[in-house]
Amino acid sequence: MGVAPVEVERPETTQETVPDMPWVTIVWNDPINLMSYVTYVFQTVFGYAKPKAEKLMLDVHHKGKAVVSSGAREAMERDAETLHGFGLWATISHDS
Amino acid sequence: MTGGAQEPDEGASLEDLMAGFRRSSGGATARFGAAQASIIRDLVGQLLELIGGDELEGGALDGGTLDDGPRGPAGADDLAAMIGLTENAELPEDPVLARLLPDAYRDDPEASGEFRRYTEHGLRSGKAAAARTVLATLPSRGGRVRLSRPEAQAWLRALNDVRLALGTRLEVTDDFDDQVVHMSPDDPRVAYVGVYQWLAYLQETLVRALS
Repeated sequence: MGVAPVEVERPETTQETVPDMPWVTIVWNDPINLMSYVTYVFQTVFGYAKPKAEKLMLDVHHKGKAVVSSGAREAMERDAETLHGFGLWATISHDS
Repeated sequence: MTGGAQEPDEGASLEDLMAGFRRSSGGATARFGAAQASIIRDLVGQLLELIGGDELEGGALDGGTLDDGPRGPAGADDLAAMIGLTENAELPEDPVLARLLPDAYRDDPEASGEFRRYTEHGLRSGKAAAARTVLATLPSRGGRVRLSRPEAQAWLRALNDVRLALGTRLEVTDDFDDQVVHMSPDDPRVAYVGVYQWLAYLQETLVRALS
């Protein structure tokens, strides 16, 4: 763990799906993880600024899940592995 | 690198002991009473065994023992039973292990199995190393703990894993606070609710100290 963030901000356009980057990492809500901790993990793992990390955390909390990163399958597996190391409930999916 | 601290616990005020973690120049610091240290060491030790820490390399273990100092509200054996220490637990069956080492694919057991084959050992090793860092930096008699940033981050992960284990056993849900209010005094979970809530507070102060 503690690897430098590899995630790069990607434009959220509605273009055609890029064929080699159709995978997403999803974090699911759970009743045990602290909201402040989840925010901290998003900042630490992805290098997201606090407002973005907080928004994602609140999405997880209120909507039950949030897409926290997207990209190639291998990259998403690395993200999920890192998030599991922090105790977050993360899965990888082909759709969003 | 700063290790655990060496001062005896004498002179620690109640305020000190309830303050949790504070930011320090190198990372984070906190003061623990003997009972508090004992509870944390018990739970982290059980976590280490549960994830198979004995078979995993890496990390320093100070060899501290749990046999001195007063016990907290729950003894080590009870805590072990609570976390569900079962060496032969099969992953899908033990809810605590299933929570600590979750599937990476929701509806694809084959892909999840493949992912697990490649990542589970590393995941267990990382969790074991974090648990060992706690044991190596927290004196069994309590006292002042001074953590470097990497040590503090290891504490954060280990405290979270302990809370996941305990919370899963306590069957914590979103309305857990309401449940606690209505919990029967005979409910075996009652004894652990206080520990669970205290650990949440402690973790919260550590997040704040590192943010």
